[in-house]
Amino acid sequence: MIARTAGRLRLTALLIWIAPFVVVAAQKKFDPQALRSALEKAPPRFAQMTNPYEGQPAAVAAGEKLFRHHCAECHGQHAEGTHRGPRLDQPWVVGARPGVLFWFLTNGDIRRGMPAWSRLPEQQRWQLVSFLRSLPPAGGDRNPQR
Amino acid sequence: MTQTTLLRFGLSASLLLLLLLVALPASSQTPYFVTYTHYLEEPGNLEISFLPTIGVPKTGPRFGSALLEFEYGMTGWWTTELYLDGQTTAGQSTLFTGWRWENRFRPLAREHWINPVLYVEYERLNGADRTLREVVGFDSGREQAETPNALARQEEEHEVELRLILSSNTHGWNLAENFLAVKNLSGEPWEFGYAVGVSRPLALEASARTCRLCLENFTGGVELSGGLGTRERLTLSGTSHYIGPVLNWTPAPGWAVRFSPSFGLTHEAHRLLLRFGVSYEVADLVGRLRGRP
Repeated sequence: MIARTAGRLRLTALLIWIAPFVVVAAQKKFDPQALRSALEKAPPRFAQMTNPYEGQPAAVAAGEKLFRHHCAECHGQHAEGTHRGPRLDQPWVVGARPGVLFWFLTNGDIRRGMPAWSRLPEQQRWQLVSFLRSLPPAGGDRNPQR
Repeated sequence: MTQTTLLRFGLSASLLLLLLLVALPASSQTPYFVTYTHYLEEPGNLEISFLPTIGVPKTGPRFGSALLEFEYGMTGWWTTELYLDGQTTAGQSTLFTGWRWENRFRPLAREHWINPVLYVEYERLNGADRTLREVVGFDSGREQAETPNALARQEEEHEVELRLILSSNTHGWNLAENFLAVKNLSGEPWEFGYAVGVSRPLALEASARTCRLCLENFTGGVELSGGLGTRERLTLSGTSHYIGPVLNWTPAPGWAVRFSPSFGLTHEAHRLLLRFGVSYEVADLVGRLRGRP
């Protein structure tokens, strides 16, 4: 009886130990195509939203600072992408409607590892949108002043 | 052990805080110490926190406690944490009081008005633990302060803690409510508690310049927590409750510093708890271990 209970405990401990590896290995990867399809899922009411900071260079600069602090560790210092997150200077990101980008930043895609950035105030999410939309498309000239 | 020990503990904690502050370090930490929000650790990141508390009981000697916390983002919807607890009591002793392993799961993929998170913790502590990470049942600060460490440490607390975390964001404000249920596995009844926090960044817009003391790097708020009795006696009477302002500062990306003086509201609570916290986030832990740039 005692041996059976001990055996069950060992099995439970083993399963608990293995579970994290299985979950992490099974996690969907966030590749550029996944990002594209995620953006297409934005509800229409968000697509209609306008960026209150549209056309404000200061918002782009503030957004760049926020990007360096919160996003660069996965998407690269120049949004060129890393093994953790896709590049963001793609036409379907840079050219996306501001409200779509705002919606995606707010909700993330937690099943694929993109955190929800609702922890940032709305204003800062819009500043990030300003920066993302100012990125030169991949292959284009980079303007360090952006 | 005397008051000098406690003073040394306080000074060491303060010195460590200062050393960490002057080092070059944004995690978007909430300022709470007891209340959880729906923000989880980013996948692959490890956050290391040092959380000292200085306690001023109404009766009995002052004490200092500390938590060392390792928080790892397993996935976008699962965060796991390991805590190591210890304490020192003036005129008594300094001891390791046990460990906790907690997991938080976010069941909903999208943001809603109210965002739930499920929390499961297993803890193996002794009765001398004074980190006051949660207040449940009839937890009594008075009784705790009057029980010497030598006696308290003989009691084994082998517990499971469940929380329902509800958290909302609106107009820059965060409002989080936690409902706690704790079960001592040695056959004691379920104990209940709560924690509520409200906070807001001091500035909602980010400035373009890099700065450490900008208002946007500070978040302030209020936190309230306390016990709600047990399954057999669900009540506010005879329970401990605390309230206090909370402040979080993110001096640089990855770093966070927190402070809160919590005041005891009831006869059973400690007079004052001075809570501190310093956190550093290591991005892409596995990648670093594998030597990725």
